[in-house]
Amino acid sequence: MADKPTIVKCLVWDLDNTVWNGTLSEDPSVELLPGIREAVIELDARGVLQSVASKNDFDLAWGHLEKLGLAEYFVHPQISWGPKSDAVTTIAERLNFALSTIAFIDDLPTERAEVNYHLPEVRCYAFDQATSLTGLPEFSPEVVTVDARRRREMYQAGFRRDAEKDNFKGADEDFLRSLDLVMAIKRADEDDLSRVEELTLRTSQMNATGVHYSDATLRELLADPGHEVLTVTLTDKFGPHGAVGVLLLGCHRDVWNLKLLATSCRVVTFGAGSVLLNWLIDQAAQAGAHLVADFKPTDRNRMMDIAYRFAGFTGDPCDCVGGLDPLADDRVQRLHLVPERRDGATTMQVSSPELAADLALRVNGVA
Amino acid sequence: MTAESTTSAATAETIRHELLGFLAERIKTTVEPEQDLFSSGLVSSMFAMQLVVHLEEAYDIAIVGPDLKLDSFRTVESMTALVLRLKDADDPAGDA
Repeated sequence: MADKPTIVKCLVWDLDNTVWNGTLSEDPSVELLPGIREAVIELDARGVLQSVASKNDFDLAWGHLEKLGLAEYFVHPQISWGPKSDAVTTIAERLNFALSTIAFIDDLPTERAEVNYHLPEVRCYAFDQATSLTGLPEFSPEVVTVDARRRREMYQAGFRRDAEKDNFKGADEDFLRSLDLVMAIKRADEDDLSRVEELTLRTSQMNATGVHYSDATLRELLADPGHEVLTVTLTDKFGPHGAVGVLLLGCHRDVWNLKLLATSCRVVTFGAGSVLLNWLIDQAAQAGAHLVADFKPTDRNRMMDIAYRFAGFTGDPCDCVGGLDPLADDRVQRLHLVPERRDGATTMQVSSPELAADLALRVNGVA
Repeated sequence: MTAESTTSAATAETIRHELLGFLAERIKTTVEPEQDLFSSGLVSSMFAMQLVVHLEEAYDIAIVGPDLKLDSFRTVESMTALVLRLKDADDPAGDA
């Protein structure tokens, strides 16, 4: 399991002499280089998003991509005369991806050097590597889920949401309510596990613990009566977001230990993490159990820290922590909360199992 | 009260003013300094997180631990008080 390269989440393509065989502004009839179409389609199928950073006239270059039948594969294309490092930065910001998950491919060494100078975390590739990218480990996610294959479509639905939000004049919550959001929390089954594993690998920003749970570990925990593995899906009027969250909960009679809470960066703006925490707090209150959330601060999960604190978690000590499994990593903090009943979410419908009632049955049996 | 904090221009008045402007721009509604932003549904908990980041960047403060609670961000007044207190803690000469 050691030294797996970080999976590339978005590959940014140069166009002239990388995607097609010449310079479009000089030769309007340039054609795709051999193998490019196959590479783009294969990466798309693996869930690697793709974009464009090209020094060209936007209408001309985008029109040519449309003519070639490739335009639909690219999100947030940056076609202008500005520096490519700016284009790559814009793409990463729009996608809310860390630069270390972005790759850039260009035939010109100067362009690669420019990107590399300003954005050393971005991995750069030469154009002659284009058709062999699909053989590299960083472009080969271990698991390719249903969601991965539809990732680009889900992002594109997301852009339509953002466009609607920009046009929406009103309170934040009113906008969220207008989306008809439905969150489904369910106990994970065997089929959900590959999605769960992928999410914990991909979701650096909102993975509170920073601990990776392997497929095998999670499978074991599925069968463990002392643990709950829950997956979260989200849907709205523009379509499904797919699997967007995972919770791993160690349930004792008097304390529930939230060992893992990860939500996709795609749904951060919907407050999905807060809705989940709110639901969990209400369930724990019904069970009369304290909540202890494991949290390892990283430079990418500040939002999760804030979400915990805003939900009422504190660093105050409590006797209940003594009975929990010891932590493997001393950088992990344990945030504590004495739950009280919470009102349901006002921004979305939530369907979920009744954890508190089920647990009471399991612990006390049916008398 | 002394005048030695002239270099850090942030006073209650400027912070309040800046925050009201920031909110008006982001939520497209004019709010009152004492208005409860959460109970009026004007901002989501997500936006509250953006407020944390905004305050930290605009006033060069770190909001951590016990200060990081929803009540600190409930009104423009409570945020102003938080910023002043944290800036003050930064500056040993400050004397509220």
